[in-house]
Amino acid sequence: MAEHAETETGERDQRVRFYQVGSHVVGNRLLDPEQRTVQARMDRSNTLTSGHRACRGCGEALGARYVLDAAMRASEGKLVAANATGCLEVFSTPFPESSWQLPWIHSLFGNAPAVASGVAAALRAKGREDVRVVGQGGDGGTVDIGFGCLSGMFERNDDVLYVCYDNEAYMNTGVQRSGATPPAARTANTKPIGEHPGNAFGQGKDMPRIAMAHGIPYVATATVSEPHDLERKVETAIGLRGARYIHVFVPCPLGWGAEPRDTIKLARLVKETGLFPVFEAIDGEVTGVSKIRRRTPVEEYLRPQRRYAHLFGEHPRPDIVERLQAIADRNIREYGLFGDGSEEEVGW
Amino acid sequence: MLRQAEGSAAVAETVALCRPEVVCAYPISPQTHIVEGLSDLVRAGTLEHCEYMMVESEFAAMSVCIGASAAGARPYTATASQGLLYMAEALYNASGLGLPIVMTVANRAIGAPINIWNDHSDAMSQRDSGWLQLYAETNQEAVDLHVQAFRIAEQLSLPVMVCMDGFILTHAYERVDMPTRSQVDSFLPPFEPRQVLDPADPMTIGAMVGPEAFAEVKYLAHAKQMQALDVIPAVAEEFESAFGRPSGGLVRGYRADDAETIVVALGSVLGTIEDSVDAMREEGVSIGALAIKSFRPFPLEEVRAALAGAKRVVVLEKALAVGVGGIVAANVRMALSGLQVHGYTVIAGLGGRAITGPSLQRLFADAVADRLEPLSFLDMDWGRVEAELQRMADGGRSGPHAENILREVGIVAGGSH
Repeated sequence: MAEHAETETGERDQRVRFYQVGSHVVGNRLLDPEQRTVQARMDRSNTLTSGHRACRGCGEALGARYVLDAAMRASEGKLVAANATGCLEVFSTPFPESSWQLPWIHSLFGNAPAVASGVAAALRAKGREDVRVVGQGGDGGTVDIGFGCLSGMFERNDDVLYVCYDNEAYMNTGVQRSGATPPAARTANTKPIGEHPGNAFGQGKDMPRIAMAHGIPYVATATVSEPHDLERKVETAIGLRGARYIHVFVPCPLGWGAEPRDTIKLARLVKETGLFPVFEAIDGEVTGVSKIRRRTPVEEYLRPQRRYAHLFGEHPRPDIVERLQAIADRNIREYGLFGDGSEEEVGW
Repeated sequence: MLRQAEGSAAVAETVALCRPEVVCAYPISPQTHIVEGLSDLVRAGTLEHCEYMMVESEFAAMSVCIGASAAGARPYTATASQGLLYMAEALYNASGLGLPIVMTVANRAIGAPINIWNDHSDAMSQRDSGWLQLYAETNQEAVDLHVQAFRIAEQLSLPVMVCMDGFILTHAYERVDMPTRSQVDSFLPPFEPRQVLDPADPMTIGAMVGPEAFAEVKYLAHAKQMQALDVIPAVAEEFESAFGRPSGGLVRGYRADDAETIVVALGSVLGTIEDSVDAMREEGVSIGALAIKSFRPFPLEEVRAALAGAKRVVVLEKALAVGVGGIVAANVRMALSGLQVHGYTVIAGLGGRAITGPSLQRLFADAVADRLEPLSFLDMDWGRVEAELQRMADGGRSGPHAENILREVGIVAGGSH
């Protein structure tokens, strides 16, 4: 959508490349005001408003803010959220304070999709088709304990947009492994000890693919490094009815042993390495992928994170790094994440 | 309107008259006929403006009810046994959030060993979940209690379980005086909660509460149940004047006013108990019965008042608190605090074992003669139990109790007792 934007100097057809300035958020300023992100607008709703207690550099807080402000805009402010237990719930609602500027309910860890379905059912029964419903949780609440409720919500095609903020472990309880924790990553219960340090290599739970297997109207992945892409996907999802799923990659400085200032960088690198494919799917079929601009070895993504420090320390494990690279390479092949088209074709 | 109806069908039709806006269905015996009945009523258009949700578990069923209620709709679901346990976490959440959800519990045993027949182990296990628990003696009362339950729940902003004995009531065909649509409409106003999830007035529901206020919140839940001790009889009274028949309330005595021995029980077994009381009264025995209709809140004062004049109290209950004995009995004891009354706890009807008139009359005769142990088990096959205990004492290896006993019995679920 930015391809034919007019710059302030009035030059027509000059393409704005967000990566020119290193961050897509900053690149936003070069755009016509109407094409800027929701997040950059003065009239954004600040759905998750300031003053909450998230850690410095929290990717989940950023993700929730991007998603909900975009959803609020797309639904004209008529939005209800059901939240799973987890960091997002805890840091936003220490009684009697609340950072939520939308109707918001927290029930349990494992039932946010079902609570959202209940809200949607109530609204339908009352003829309130104008109000839209979002369910949200972390990766533990989504791929593990909330999995049954989420699958049921998908299978019934309930009119709910469910958003998973994936920081790849149970962070609220002190960084334990979840079904979404990547191989080799250190957590409190997958320590870098023994012959195979860190989390085991396995299938993991590829939740976006599992969601697609339900044949629901819309599935998308995104990261917090590309708000234009994320916001567009939220807007698309709100424009549809039925069960929709967006899986947002959100770095966790505390749990990953990363610098708070690197949250956006890591979110960008995970996509550029191919470890986290950014794509969207309609009715169970992939309809678009976000191409890798500058192919990057996984090592560049892994090194800044202490959860992978055991791969690069005194006894480096290039064999494990190689296996992680193989996962990235397979993603690139499978989704066609690289090549086929020039950088200029990388759109939003 | 008088009808010969299956308990589940009568309940389904009555629930439909209460105009639930979201019905959650998940199959588990012996509750299933109720939600099947509601499915038909929604499909046929008899129950309008209702979302019928076929969820993937009881945990989801209660969670959908939570979301629906918080969004201002009147939800309903039904369950039993393992299903009630599977939704346990959500039960506490619903009551903690103060959501007026009405649920039928078709009382059934809890495994292992798996058993689909009636007892009260399921509902009793959730007695402290913050839900009101009303017990029906007959299908007529099951029907009437559902109409009352919505009123009570919404008046107090608390969830209510209507407990009806699985199979004994749910699958029994009895004469039922069915409420009419206009009767129910005038008795039960539309649900208009104080707070809902509404974009026009955004509010946070379910925030974290720390040590500074948690105890107060829990006390308020208790205080509301205490208020229910006034609301339940008031609603029952209003119901009687509107529908022309008594139903519900806190307790109901049967030939108990002058009785030396009073049998306390919950649910459908009261019918057999009353027949036994009649038979023994014929023989000049001073005996009566007390039905507890509301187990939560527990009507301490009413139970004390009803039992204070008796010499002995027999609590007959369909659940066993393993490791201590009776559950209802412990509550009755509390009601009788400081009074000198002989108390007997009898565990009966576990896993659907029939509670027969002759067995009850033998039991009550033993009670009247004070020949009962403080804790006894009606019609227990002590031979089987002792054989197994002996086997273990003789150095037998550990293993599943049920399979060991069934190996001796030689049949599965085919015995008649």
